[in-house]
Amino acid sequence: MKSFTFRIGGVHPDENKITAEIPTKEAELPKQAIFPLSQHIGAPAKPVVQKGDKVKVGTLLAEAGGFVSAPIFSSVSGTVAKIDASVDASGYRKPVIIINVEGDEWEEGIDRSDKLEKLSAHPELTPEEIVKRVRDNGIVGMGGACFPTAIKLTPPPTAKAECVIINGVECEPYITSDYRLMMEHPDEILVGVDLLMKAVKVDKGYIGIETNKPKAIELLEEKSKDYPHIQIVPLDKKYPQGGEKQLVDAVIRRQVPAPPAIPVNVGAVVQNVGTAFAVYQAVMKHKPLFERYVTVTGKKLTNPGNFLVRMGTPMSQLINACGGLPEGDNKILAGGPMMGKALPSIEVPIVKGTNSVTVLTDADAHRKEPSPCIRCAKCVSACPMGLEPYLLATLSAHQDWERDEQEDIVSCIECGSCQFTCPAHRPLLDNIRAGKQTVMGIIRERAAKAKAEAEAKKAAEEQKAAK
Amino acid sequence: MANLIVSLSPHAHGTDSVEKNMYGVIIALIPALIVSFLYFGLGSLIVCATSVAACLLFEWAITKYILRRERTTITDGSAIITGLLLSFNLPSNLPIWIILIGALVAIGVGKMTFGGLGNNPFNPALVGRAFLLVSFPVQMTTWPTVGQLGIEGYIDAQTEATPLSVMKTAIKTGDASVLDRLPDSLQMFLGNPDAAYGAGCLGEVCGAALVLGLLFMLWKKIITWHIPVSIVATVFILSGIMHAVNPVYANPVAEILSGGLLLGAIFMATDYVTSPMTAKGQIIYGICIGFLTLMIRDFGAYPEGMSFAILIMNAFTPLINNYCKPKRFGEVTAKN
Repeated sequence: MKSFTFRIGGVHPDENKITAEIPTKEAELPKQAIFPLSQHIGAPAKPVVQKGDKVKVGTLLAEAGGFVSAPIFSSVSGTVAKIDASVDASGYRKPVIIINVEGDEWEEGIDRSDKLEKLSAHPELTPEEIVKRVRDNGIVGMGGACFPTAIKLTPPPTAKAECVIINGVECEPYITSDYRLMMEHPDEILVGVDLLMKAVKVDKGYIGIETNKPKAIELLEEKSKDYPHIQIVPLDKKYPQGGEKQLVDAVIRRQVPAPPAIPVNVGAVVQNVGTAFAVYQAVMKHKPLFERYVTVTGKKLTNPGNFLVRMGTPMSQLINACGGLPEGDNKILAGGPMMGKALPSIEVPIVKGTNSVTVLTDADAHRKEPSPCIRCAKCVSACPMGLEPYLLATLSAHQDWERDEQEDIVSCIECGSCQFTCPAHRPLLDNIRAGKQTVMGIIRERAAKAKAEAEAKKAAEEQKAAK
Repeated sequence: MANLIVSLSPHAHGTDSVEKNMYGVIIALIPALIVSFLYFGLGSLIVCATSVAACLLFEWAITKYILRRERTTITDGSAIITGLLLSFNLPSNLPIWIILIGALVAIGVGKMTFGGLGNNPFNPALVGRAFLLVSFPVQMTTWPTVGQLGIEGYIDAQTEATPLSVMKTAIKTGDASVLDRLPDSLQMFLGNPDAAYGAGCLGEVCGAALVLGLLFMLWKKIITWHIPVSIVATVFILSGIMHAVNPVYANPVAEILSGGLLLGAIFMATDYVTSPMTAKGQIIYGICIGFLTLMIRDFGAYPEGMSFAILIMNAFTPLINNYCKPKRFGEVTAKN
């Protein structure tokens, strides 16, 4: 099998895909579901329900709070208990809607049948209609970044989409939720890709899958025979292949320039397989985004598995379903070990972007003791963005923001390859992340100042002209 | 309830470590070490053991009593490498007290003054060697003939000229026929102990053993090919041209196989701490070392220029790092 990959850097973490061949089970309904209002990049959603309101599965709980935002739907039926604040994956208390679950009654209009709806049978679906349904049903990127999908489907006028690239890479260790989705719903994913292609008006689609999932590649290649415009692209096993820019490079050999450029600037619209599936359900089945595939995994869990989970379900319930937390020190991650967030509490709910709950135990939960940098340059060869992590980390530690900016710190995608590979176990990404945030703040401030000055100048000139 | 650990990503870590890399280099040095025992016998053992033990002792003492650090660094393997490399650059009959001075300068001045592993601008072993070479020029440039395995080979050795001094004589006298006294290339590579003019430092008598070490380090991904290959290629091309123009300059194969060129190219110039960070920078660094080595060998006062060439380029490493940046992702597309 001929396979492809991105051209700069990359590392090979141990896969640990222990749940790969465990079929997905439906998780039990929670007793109480928690819906954070900020589950996506952009403005938080605005609640449209009040304490005491009765809701059903699929009822709108909160509407989009701005252009870059997404509505939130109930995944359960029951009564709104309160609108309050609760700890989310970031560790901060954020506004949430809490619902006491009663029964399991669904909104009418959601098609719960298994019948496969193909795009050819629905001529009424114009690109505008598809984007509208995607927006109205609260679809966001399911790979973890949670960027509202409808915005990605309406590229800026300066850029022209040429193809849709679907991310079935799943390069993070441990996680298998995308793999299970591809094995269990290949037809729906392919229709989803068809819909995405129609929405951005292109006639070429790719699905990139790493060669460590040969069964998924085989299955989708078989199924995609009916879709001549969709090509399955086998990719080498290498982290961070699932990074948007790396995936575009691997599949169509084009490199997205430094920020603020985005993949559509080189003609690619990138979506996760989970998103393609959610788009299918939203457009064809009128089903808002309220449940998703989640892998609950860890070497020491007695009973790890893959679950179809209603959003708002507390992670503690899923961990208990897998045999409970192991003895000893645990680190609980929303996501995988390379980019996942370590959680301060196991009562954090599953949200739109939670592809996995990973439990690392004892030695795996702790960092190794750092020692001085030996300047071996392994971080430089590992960096998939062609940066010099050792230098950025040192500059950030010295708070030399100006040189940090010159050395392109804002290009860092925070994949952690540098820190993973460092033989001295140095906390490279901690420093780089702090530096990147500071530098981005400085850039924003400078832009705001320049804008204000230009406006003041313009106003002064107009005043002059008026005199 | 058990503890929940919270930290920033990444939460996974590779199996690489400083110790793995350092002990990897030590393993790569073993073939050359064995060859030196076979050729120089007891003398080699005394020089190596003294050098390594002294380096470890000085690093331990300086860390504990002068820097007053709680954790000792002698277990990381870097002091052993410095000791081995220093001894590889010494003649096999060097008195112990000179070796001790060399080790003190290497570890004390070359490394710990700057704060220890990772902070030294110059290769510590070469700092030690350079100091000894200028301080004890006679002892440092009399080379016992190979094959004197007993204690007499250490105390009262028969000495001989090295291939490099033969080359120097040829250039000085302008008589190319002097070069006929060089052993043939295959013998220089394999280090045949019966060959005339087979003498030299401990670690430089057998090219094959050093290349074996290089292959091991490449296989284990301890170093990349850039520095050794660019040094050897530069010396080969440049000396090839010089040999073609004027045959008093030795042929390129002899240039590469003689003296400390392979030892330096494979083990000294590739020192992590003192070499550039990017592939482009490493190639520039290698080319400059090759060029400087030949210039010192052919036009300078010393017969061997490898160690000085590396030390000079060590000084340029920060500058090279400043100007040689890796190719950024997206740079190519941005230009189109």
